[in-house]
Amino acid sequence: MRGPLPLQQAVQRLAAPSDWSFELINQYHEVIRETAQRYGLDTYPNQLEIITAEQMMDAYASVGMPVNYRHWSYGKEFISTEKNYKRGHMGLAYEIVINSNPCISYLMEENTMPMQALVIAHAAYGHNSFFKGNYLFRMWTDASSIIDYLVYAKRYVAECEERHGLDAVETFLDSCHALQNHGVDRYRRPARKTLAQELAERKDREAHAQQQVNDLWRTLPKRADKAEGPVEVRRFPDEPQENLLYFIEKNAPLLEPWQREIVRIVRKVAQYFYPQRQTQVMNEGWATFWHHRLLNQMYDDGYLADGVMIEWLKSHTNVVYQPKVTDKGYSGFNPYALGFAMYTDIKRICEAPTDEDRQWFPDIAGADWVPTLDAAMRNFKDESFIGQYLSPKLMRDFRLFAIHDDEKQPELEVAAIHDDNGYRRVREALSRQYDLGSREPNIQVWNVNLRGDRSLTLRHFQHNDRPLDDSGQEVLKHVARLWGFGVQLESANTKGDITKRWAVPAPSH
Amino acid sequence: MLQQIIDRRLAGKNKSIGNRERFMRRYKDKIKEAVRRAIDGRGIRDLERGEEVRIPKKDLSEPVFHHGPGGVRDMVHPGNQDYVRGDRIKRPQGGGAAGSGKGQASDQGDGEDDFSFALSKEEFMQVFFEDLALPHLTRTQLAEVPEWKSHRAGYSSDGTPNNLHVVRSLRGAIGRRLAIGSGSRRALAELEAELAIVQAAADAGDVSARQDLLALQDKVQALRARLARIPYLDPIDLRYRNRVKTPVPTSKAVMFCLMDVSGSMDEGRKDLSKRFFILLYLFLTRHYDKIDIVFIRHHTQAQEVDEENFFHARETGGTVVSSALVLMEEVIRARYSPSEWNIYGAQASDGDNWHHDSGRCRELLADKILPLCRYFAYVQVAEEEQNLWEEYTQLAAASRHFAMRKATSPDQIYPVFRDLFKKEGAAEAA
Repeated sequence: MRGPLPLQQAVQRLAAPSDWSFELINQYHEVIRETAQRYGLDTYPNQLEIITAEQMMDAYASVGMPVNYRHWSYGKEFISTEKNYKRGHMGLAYEIVINSNPCISYLMEENTMPMQALVIAHAAYGHNSFFKGNYLFRMWTDASSIIDYLVYAKRYVAECEERHGLDAVETFLDSCHALQNHGVDRYRRPARKTLAQELAERKDREAHAQQQVNDLWRTLPKRADKAEGPVEVRRFPDEPQENLLYFIEKNAPLLEPWQREIVRIVRKVAQYFYPQRQTQVMNEGWATFWHHRLLNQMYDDGYLADGVMIEWLKSHTNVVYQPKVTDKGYSGFNPYALGFAMYTDIKRICEAPTDEDRQWFPDIAGADWVPTLDAAMRNFKDESFIGQYLSPKLMRDFRLFAIHDDEKQPELEVAAIHDDNGYRRVREALSRQYDLGSREPNIQVWNVNLRGDRSLTLRHFQHNDRPLDDSGQEVLKHVARLWGFGVQLESANTKGDITKRWAVPAPSH
Repeated sequence: MLQQIIDRRLAGKNKSIGNRERFMRRYKDKIKEAVRRAIDGRGIRDLERGEEVRIPKKDLSEPVFHHGPGGVRDMVHPGNQDYVRGDRIKRPQGGGAAGSGKGQASDQGDGEDDFSFALSKEEFMQVFFEDLALPHLTRTQLAEVPEWKSHRAGYSSDGTPNNLHVVRSLRGAIGRRLAIGSGSRRALAELEAELAIVQAAADAGDVSARQDLLALQDKVQALRARLARIPYLDPIDLRYRNRVKTPVPTSKAVMFCLMDVSGSMDEGRKDLSKRFFILLYLFLTRHYDKIDIVFIRHHTQAQEVDEENFFHARETGGTVVSSALVLMEEVIRARYSPSEWNIYGAQASDGDNWHHDSGRCRELLADKILPLCRYFAYVQVAEEEQNLWEEYTQLAAASRHFAMRKATSPDQIYPVFRDLFKKEGAAEAA
């Protein structure tokens, strides 16, 4: 497919007042939907919801979800969002879109009609098709059951608060949140379950898990007179485990059943967000590319007035602005800018390849752009997407350069720039920059002292000798609270030598 | 395919309220502290405002494992200007936080800023009341205005017949009749003039004029009939007296704050006293429109001062309580006639008094001041009972308008006013 399918019906220009109305949104949505279909975008059904700015802040504060369990940290988030908004420091994002089936997109009441059109194209067709197509989302999240699950989680946590007291639940959630980023199996794919199954299994799980835990600890210390021969030390866990929360849920000796269930809830929610953290550039870039493409197509077809174009293009331009490293507001890459540029560039390589492109991208140079882009969206995450598709032309356009920062050297070194010698190195470095594995410390469950004080040992595997921040001590306290006994953390460098240790004694019961 | 747009705007907006409550609960101590400081800094009169609460960011942080500075890192940045491969750059200050990627650095990096947020007026009062251990009934009593008075507020076009304003209604009717009939009347006048001419001509024997005469007469008839059909009074003319209800505190009151400022009154005791005065003031604001506050401080001599000096100036020396009572009585005689003003007295002291003076205080109160007062409350912000306490105890037994209490922490203050609040509650129930 070299472009959109032809128009099916006569075009009638859409009205373009700045105030929206339900009727108008319907008309725009209908045209956007048709245009998206002509490009073959595959989406979940859409559900558009009109909300107020306050409701947007509500949604913001509870990690973008329409329901969630209660916790003070969301209150904190809400207060600071509200404050910034009221002082005018921050415009609210124009959209929140939820990876669910049907896909829920929020339209803010304050937006003008052109902005609503932009949000519909961006969220309801861009993000939505990404959620449905990208392999990480297909593998990790179950769009049809997330809302149900959160409703269940909210109710369960509220029930626990009633039964065990606000304080107990709050401190326990704090501890779980501290390990949120370590609650994901990176390589194992979770099974899908409906809410009904979840509920039915919970009771079994509670009973069973408690039994398992007890079994593990049944090894009573042998009496002194019998402990003569060399004791065969059973190592537990047999292999290091990366999913700390899962390990704790299944093996922590002192947790009550309800506490295990809460660990599980936090773990599940973290897992739901795991793909989003790995596809920021791809996801935002894809949505931005498509609102740009769809609205332009509609303009070319004669649906949109000039004023509408000017208005959405203005905010589009702000969104894809990438400050330079020397600029004051620079804070790393803007995922919208990078992603949008990359998809646009892939389209260019398909449509008008240069000799350089043919050399770098023999597979896609000159191919149909729509299926090529679709394949790029489906089969990659940020890390591999950049590694695969960042072209020399883009590196030149962005004037990318790589800095090598070695603690032992007094100065930083420019390792590569956007020239023939540097393209591959820059691309590789940027790709690795988006690798969650290198961005977040790799901490695994190393050993449990089954026979002695039952203490838990975690090990940090340093990546490029990057040390752990000292705030790790605070996190360890939370781990100790979950584990119930003492916890140690060892930080091992690339050679396997332990360079630093932290330890927290068993919490008083 | 039918598309769905759901209007959620009316669905609950304060979804985060539960989260906010949990947040407040967690930082209760900090918030109480802020409220305490605010009470200290504010005047009695402007207590009822929100307050900005600041909490150090480090107390709020949610720790997670993350990388510290150091090690080997490769970073890519956009916007190269003139670097080439192999260039060496001085390490930027701040440990290279500029390049650590996705905003994590900014979250954790500047730990110095405080997290501040605004406590609403209601939340502020809630904390204030909580500290004072006010019973719930009293809280609601303080929070709402008990009496309503209806005021005239212009006229409205609908209402009940008993509020009908006749003059206004008729004035409207006249206007309407004038406005509606003016065109017809003008035409009528012209026709009548014409008629007179034609009549004259007809009388003179003009035949064609006779025919005209008949036609004109018909027209004049029709116009007269139309004018007659304009209603004299129409429903749209009706005007009713409009009345609105406004909350009305009954009348004016004066509150006397008497405080011992001798050397033994330290900041903590003064703070307690201040809360005592605030509570009385709050109570009075619910019931009185205009409240004057008179601040009288005393050691061996009494003095009328402004609020700032009252709470923050320090004096030393002995204590003669009666001097304040004498001054209070003088002020009442001079400025606040008991027939016009509701007089309330609030006295705070640590109980220390010159030995021979306490009996005189009792007499002064019993004979001169209590008969003029609606209520007089005494709070002793120290534990040991001295002769002033004993004298006052006799008084409390004899007089209903007098209440006294020892308070060493804020939650002991309220019972001083118990009668005052109870009486109001009973009066309202009746």
